[in-house]
Amino acid sequence: MSTHEPRRRRFLAHAAAAGSSFFLAGCDKLSQSEWFPKILSSTEKLTQAAQKLIVPRRAMAQEFSPADMSPEFRSNGTDNPDSPAYQALVANGFKDYQLKISGMVERPETYTLDQLKSLPSRTQITRHDCVEGWSAIAKWQGVQLSRLLERAQPKAGARYAVFFCADPMDAAGTAYYESIDMDDARHPQTILAYALNDAPLPVKNGAPIRLRVERQLGYKMAKYVMEIKLVDNFANIAGGKGGYWEDQGYEWFAGI
Amino acid sequence: MSPATATPRAVSELYFRHTLAIRLMHWINVIAFSLLLMSGLQIFNAHPALNWGKSSYNGQPALLQMDAQQDAQGRLVGITRVFGYAFDTTGVLGASVDVDGRSSARGFPAWLTVPGPQWLSMARRWHFFFAWLLLINGVSYVLYSLAGRHLMRDLVPTRRDWRSLGQSLRDHLRFQHPHGEAARHYNILQKLAYLAVIFGLFPLVIVAGVAMSPGMDALLPGWIDLLGGRQSARTLHFIAAWLLVVFVLIHVFEVAVSGVWNNLRSMVTGRYRISLKEAEHEHT
Repeated sequence: MSTHEPRRRRFLAHAAAAGSSFFLAGCDKLSQSEWFPKILSSTEKLTQAAQKLIVPRRAMAQEFSPADMSPEFRSNGTDNPDSPAYQALVANGFKDYQLKISGMVERPETYTLDQLKSLPSRTQITRHDCVEGWSAIAKWQGVQLSRLLERAQPKAGARYAVFFCADPMDAAGTAYYESIDMDDARHPQTILAYALNDAPLPVKNGAPIRLRVERQLGYKMAKYVMEIKLVDNFANIAGGKGGYWEDQGYEWFAGI
Repeated sequence: MSPATATPRAVSELYFRHTLAIRLMHWINVIAFSLLLMSGLQIFNAHPALNWGKSSYNGQPALLQMDAQQDAQGRLVGITRVFGYAFDTTGVLGASVDVDGRSSARGFPAWLTVPGPQWLSMARRWHFFFAWLLLINGVSYVLYSLAGRHLMRDLVPTRRDWRSLGQSLRDHLRFQHPHGEAARHYNILQKLAYLAVIFGLFPLVIVAGVAMSPGMDALLPGWIDLLGGRQSARTLHFIAAWLLVVFVLIHVFEVAVSGVWNNLRSMVTGRYRISLKEAEHEHT
């Protein structure tokens, strides 16, 4: 009996180890399959529906006091777009920058940075939640997207605002882009920020214009925004998932 | 052989302990919790640090942090810092062998995460799928236990249970478990452990998880400050998850010492064997 015990224990330990590595290998196989991630992703719509159901459309993200502000707002992703056109804008202090409003609007328009700054602005101290798990609190100032949309007059069928950016993400030159729905586009805290912590937005944080969508994760908040296009679907834009990271497998609805 | 009259009759009885619904929900919970834990550790690896407060950058050092550094020979060394104290955790935390066989910088090792290789977006898909499953399963369990009186009948301690607390503690420390009639009911420590998990740890892990959602934070601006802020919620989520692991380890240990097959049978077929031998013996 006692001579069998260690052997049996060793057998059980080996069996458990083999079983768990078999299980893990199986999980990795499933992750790489075509069909299983689709099943996993089925709950993304459920999450989105649940949040739309219980969080009012105009509910405001938490705003903080200056005492809560992070000593420095870190840069993540692109910190200096590797593009001659963008570098030319930087060299000239963004005097030649133009933000284009296009797509399904009655009145397409372009704004210089000075024109954007001359419009009434909103200032908010909010928390930026990165999909990686960290967060930072900073003060943002910019023009509300709703104000620009009022002037542009979206057409009835417009469902999404797509943001095209100046930063190439790979050697092929694929540019960053993002999209949000019209509820978020018209939300009072959705601003095109040109100032961070009372200073002009630095290049590493998205100069001259970065989007703030305070009820979603950081990757939705496109930096280096060059054009905002209203569309009724984004199936034909880049990878078709509505954003650069969405095309890499991240959720379009980044409210969690 | 001894005469028949002298042999105490080994009387035992299979009694119906777990309904089909309870058994089903138990095993769904096993699967969902395992995958939530492992995909959660993969998500943690994207930023292997824990902070306390409203944000990660509030001037306070991290409570827990896992880093990888290169030593003089160019080898990766895993360093884990807990409350400022640094430990060499190479091979397990901070730096470990990845799925491709190479040493790499990662918080938790590949054999504890789903997926194995660094893959945040896929881990999030696993995590949110099984989070919904766990939530629906848990709510179903609580409603079922209330409606079927499982909660009041089997889990809420009676006055007699409370009086047996000392004895139950001594029994557990000596790995002794109730036999016969007494095995028909959960003991007081068991009841308290189950109640703490059902109404303490699971609600905490869910609420702290939801508190990390920027969408849900807008429900009532500032509600997550009740948990100490967003990064505190992430820390609480992590702690609650590991406390659930501690519960599982004790649970599995107790299953092992009180009869693996009997316990497994009862959670598969519903029937648990209790021995009435000692009771019979007293009569002879």
